[in-house]
Amino acid sequence: MNENLFTSFITPVILGLPLVTLIVLFPSLLFPTSNRLVNNRFVTLQQWMLQLVSKQMMSIHNSKGQTWTLMLMSLILFIGSTNLLGLLPHSFTPTTQLSMNLGMAIPLWAGAVITGFRNKTKASLAHFLPQGTPTPLIPMLVIIETISLFIQPMALAVRLTANITAGHLLIHLIGGATLALMSISTTTALITFTILILLTILEFAVAMIQAYVFTLLVSLYLHDNT
Amino acid sequence: MNQPLQRSVGGEPVCSQGLRPLCSAERETLGVRECTCISDESDGLLEFCDVPLKEKKLLEVKLGELPSWILMRDFTPSGIAGAFQRGYYRYYNKYVNVKKGSIAGLSMVLAAYVFLNYCRSYKELKHERLRKYH
Repeated sequence: MNENLFTSFITPVILGLPLVTLIVLFPSLLFPTSNRLVNNRFVTLQQWMLQLVSKQMMSIHNSKGQTWTLMLMSLILFIGSTNLLGLLPHSFTPTTQLSMNLGMAIPLWAGAVITGFRNKTKASLAHFLPQGTPTPLIPMLVIIETISLFIQPMALAVRLTANITAGHLLIHLIGGATLALMSISTTTALITFTILILLTILEFAVAMIQAYVFTLLVSLYLHDNT
Repeated sequence: MNQPLQRSVGGEPVCSQGLRPLCSAERETLGVRECTCISDESDGLLEFCDVPLKEKKLLEVKLGELPSWILMRDFTPSGIAGAFQRGYYRYYNKYVNVKKGSIAGLSMVLAAYVFLNYCRSYKELKHERLRKYH
């Protein structure tokens, strides 16, 4: 059973060719573009949703931060759609791979921090020391703030990976348990099945929430630095 | 009157006596695609000819001609990309880009995605069958 549990997280390779590229590119098929004013229902729904999210997320930024709107909106769409597609049976979720999440988190975080250092150097350096700290504590606090700054991209990536992977693993385990319990005791199997349904609802929520959290944190780092 | 029509060197259809090739306006109004000859008399007799193999659609190809039809298709990268693009827009315009689109347009895509992933992971999944011996 150990081997079964983790085979769904292996990057798909077919005859030596990376199939994972196609799987990563697949969500883009589900977001058609349209240049018309009045579109079909599918595109209208997506545009409405995108407008809602962008207004909610980018309203806190000044004009310099709002230049990042395209980047953050495509980020939340990508993570959200990839996570939701991963809840379909037998599918592979790219966001379970730490390599990919690090590849998303580190450049975005570094871009925000470097923008802050270049344009508002004094203010960015001032972030390392909170206001009103007693003088003897200053050296230690600077070290702590530096560490907390550098741990931000790691935390972003690991948070996303761990949440999605843990959710998928739980679904596999509880589903397997339900199946095994069916022949032993039907009542327990029904209880386990209810747990499975609740868990699936949770996973749908987690898929969308994680996308939101990732993007929100990047936008927060940006806000600090613009 | 389905005689194979002769073509002159320039590609113009050579018609039988008393008939002339259709011009493009007539071709459009009549809705014919193939090379055709029409007579100028009042009966407006139409004479069809053989369409070159390359321009035929798949359902018009006879079974014996199928291998040569397949070999004649455009297998260059831009040809394959064009084929994918045409297929995508065919599906999109039929099921999604309509006035009252339903959930079926999206569901069919997701169902195909699930099926393809199942095919991809069949090798590992076949060990999970409920059998005594695998």
